[in-house]
Amino acid sequence: MTGFPILSLMLAVPAVAAVAALFASAGAARTIALVATLIDLALGLDLWANYQIGGPQWQFVEHAQLFSGFSWALGIDGIALVLIVLSVFLMPICIGASWDAIEKRVPEYMAAFLFMETLMIGVFAAQDLFLFYILFEAGLIPMYLIIGIWGGADRIYASYKFFLYTLLGSVLMLIAMLWIVNLTGTTSIPVLMEYNFPVQAQYLLWLAFFASFAVKMPMWPVHTWLPDAHVQAPTAGSVILAGVLLKMGGYGFIRFSLPFFPEASAYFAPLVWGLSIVAVVYTSLVALVQSDMKKLIAYSSVAHMAIVTLGLFAFNRQGLEGSMVVMLAHGLVSGALFLCVGVIYDRLHTREISRYGGLAINMPYYALFFMFFTMASVGLPATANFVGEFLSLQGIYKASSWTALIAGTGIILGAAYMLYLYRRVAFGEQKNADAAAMPDLTVREYLLLTPLVIATLWMGIYPESFIAPIRADIAHLDARLAAARPAGDAQVTPGHPVAETHESAEHNGEGSEK
Amino acid sequence: MNWASSLRLVAAEEFLSVSGLVLLLVCAWAGDKSARLVTWLAVAALAVAGVLVAPALCGGVFGAEASAFYGQYAADSFSSFAKLLIYGAAGASLLVAPGFFERQGGYRAEYPVLALFAALGMGLMVSATDMLTLYVGLEMNSLAAYVLAAMSRSDDRSPEAGLKYFVLGSLASGILLFGISLTYGFAGSTSFDAIHTALVGKMSTGSLFGLVFILVGLSFKISAVPFHMWTPDVYEGAPTPVTTFFATAPKVAALALTMRVTLFAFGMQAQAWQQIVVAISLLSIVVGALGAIGQGNIKRLMAYSSINNVGFMLIGLAAATPGGAASMLVYLSIYVVMSIGGFVAILSLRDAEGNSVEKIADLAGLSRSKPGLAFVLAMVMFSLAGIPPLFGFWGKFVVFQSAVAAGLVPLATVGIAASVIGAFYYLKVVKVLYFDEPADKVVGSMDGVHAVLLYGSAIVISPIGYLFTGWLGGLAQSAAAALFHAA
Repeated sequence: MTGFPILSLMLAVPAVAAVAALFASAGAARTIALVATLIDLALGLDLWANYQIGGPQWQFVEHAQLFSGFSWALGIDGIALVLIVLSVFLMPICIGASWDAIEKRVPEYMAAFLFMETLMIGVFAAQDLFLFYILFEAGLIPMYLIIGIWGGADRIYASYKFFLYTLLGSVLMLIAMLWIVNLTGTTSIPVLMEYNFPVQAQYLLWLAFFASFAVKMPMWPVHTWLPDAHVQAPTAGSVILAGVLLKMGGYGFIRFSLPFFPEASAYFAPLVWGLSIVAVVYTSLVALVQSDMKKLIAYSSVAHMAIVTLGLFAFNRQGLEGSMVVMLAHGLVSGALFLCVGVIYDRLHTREISRYGGLAINMPYYALFFMFFTMASVGLPATANFVGEFLSLQGIYKASSWTALIAGTGIILGAAYMLYLYRRVAFGEQKNADAAAMPDLTVREYLLLTPLVIATLWMGIYPESFIAPIRADIAHLDARLAAARPAGDAQVTPGHPVAETHESAEHNGEGSEK
Repeated sequence: MNWASSLRLVAAEEFLSVSGLVLLLVCAWAGDKSARLVTWLAVAALAVAGVLVAPALCGGVFGAEASAFYGQYAADSFSSFAKLLIYGAAGASLLVAPGFFERQGGYRAEYPVLALFAALGMGLMVSATDMLTLYVGLEMNSLAAYVLAAMSRSDDRSPEAGLKYFVLGSLASGILLFGISLTYGFAGSTSFDAIHTALVGKMSTGSLFGLVFILVGLSFKISAVPFHMWTPDVYEGAPTPVTTFFATAPKVAALALTMRVTLFAFGMQAQAWQQIVVAISLLSIVVGALGAIGQGNIKRLMAYSSINNVGFMLIGLAAATPGGAASMLVYLSIYVVMSIGGFVAILSLRDAEGNSVEKIADLAGLSRSKPGLAFVLAMVMFSLAGIPPLFGFWGKFVVFQSAVAAGLVPLATVGIAASVIGAFYYLKVVKVLYFDEPADKVVGSMDGVHAVLLYGSAIVISPIGYLFTGWLGGLAQSAAAALFHAA
């Protein structure tokens, strides 16, 4: 651990760049944004490289008593680390995706994105309850502006819906936080994670936190803001929304709801399971009938996030690790799918699936990339989603086999709607002349998609790189949850030792030979 | 207690009285030509008065050493905190006035003098520790305010606003006075100290009536629901610099006065007034939020916004703790800065002829033509809505924190959920500024003084403001402690 405040620096770089971009010309703003996000990517990789696996739980800790009532406390564990790395990895891609697509008010756009990056990293790095809340809430402003200014035709409705839904969820969490701090006298998240709240108080507190994270996640039935926001947001906005903002909900569960209130979490786990399996089946079916590509992927996001909540509330290590991997994988894959939609949207300016068709003929390389991410989203082995979904479902199977059974159908439905989408877009006849005339990927688009392919394969083939940093933290959380863990209906029990039967077989064999 | 020490304690008021009278002579002699000069001198007088009251705040003075004129007046740290806010707000609304009135056709030299007398009255209000001082201060402020509201003779709405304000204000003063007389009848004194000690234990019906009438009168002054009806009309009708003034300084004075009356004079009867305060606070939050949604005029919107914000501040009062009082003072300070920022931005909205643009629809696409102005206005809106990382969040935060600490979790929950309704109309303004196609109505340039005030308040409500939280919280706590010292 170094004394150098690398986390503060990671927050400061995009913040300063955001101010600089605001006063720059369009071209300069693009460059500033790209450079700043690449610097942050480098810092993020440095963070990953210097993170000591098996070291102290909280690393790169910074603490400064700058404010009254809360402090500037930063620090990360493995869970925060991988999410920060995901954020800084996606940001340059977002800037690249907006390079040509955004033509009006470029400086403000870049400033909003850079500001967003500061807040995202801050949310994952905050070690103070109120600092977390401030950064968590502040993300509403840039996203509201991104959807509202640079969004599609129905952007104003979508931006309001996004803002008010999320705000209503969060304010209840604020009251719960105030109550917690009043009770415990500390705002430090690491301290509170070990604090044993009175069980009867946990229920209301859990519900207040749940209100916020369930909206953010989003869980059925408070997911309806997401399809609107996704469809109307510009491509990069969708990428960051799906890639990182939704993860804040999952991060909230894993950082607050579970360790703060283990008993209440166990008590409400059936509620979460119920909502999640409804989400998996219902949103998958809804995705099946969408005619708008982005809406389809948005609904698929809700379904994937439901797998995450199932894994989180499975109360075992497989489930927790699996949901972390699904979050990371979903960040990469759904981000990539939105980029793929963005590529053809930039050419034809429509998201209607029926306006495309036969793209494999005139855009073979595009079709290849799109195929890859479709398969990844379906959860094909060797891609990232497979690892996470497998672990999550395994985890939930131990807790509730019926839930796992129904959730498992989501994987099949997922294959159905994604392959159906792919067939309609890439295969078949070229029935639209303008779609048939679209050129294949440009160099810029290759540069955006290739890193995502590499990361998805890496996470699918060698997930250890991503699981290793979180393993100790998940184990820690699992130990904390152990006392409250609900009795599962499918506890796997080890079988009888194999050696004995082998020996007796051998004995029998010898006997027969005699 | 001697006259010398009493006179020393009221130095700021003496200085303001003399300055006001001298400036009145100057404008009588030199006429409206001297208006600008008188304005600057009035601002200077306010600054000097601020310097005179500051030591009491820094020293955390309270109790007997701050009491003057046999317990009629207190120059304690609480009154100093409020006075500094009042003088600052009055100074800011004086600074923005000349440019506005000169474009409206004639800036009258009486304006700064009246504002000075209003500030003097407000100083008396926040220092009052006797019902009679309270009433004199309140009326001194109100009389000046009625005239200020009717200041613009070229605009029909202005005299209308003045008249409405006068009629309803006199009614409220009458109710307040009736409440004071009842309280005097049952407590046997007009002094806060004596009322505090007299009203212990179960409250008689008569003194309860007195309390209710006093609260009604004060609710009118702070424009809390259901005594808020005058606010949108007066805010809209009064010339914008006057509206800036109304939205800030008298709010501070009336709220500080309400705090002293409830927390100190009726301090032993907290459970009697707490439920009234809870009711008017929730009503103010909800009505302020719902009423604002349909407004097409930005000044009316700001009026409803002020009603809404007063509701949030009253949550701190409902806590009836020193922490609650301190949180109200913090909220008030932030609210004053946000309001000044907002109104200065509104003052800078002018069309090609130099006339004020007040319709929200005319601000469409302002972010294209005037990015700086639109940015600050959007910041003010987000800040008023209490969205972090803007500083307005901190005001709501401390108020809710004190409510939760006092065990008022249901109140805090309902209040904060209702704040989401309020967020809607603030978002609407941001939407008009940023999302809509430009209407290109606003073309006028900004005055230098306006720009300084605008960007100055923008810096305070930006996240930089959080660096001041420790300092501001400390001052507010020392001020609130003075309020509870005698209790």
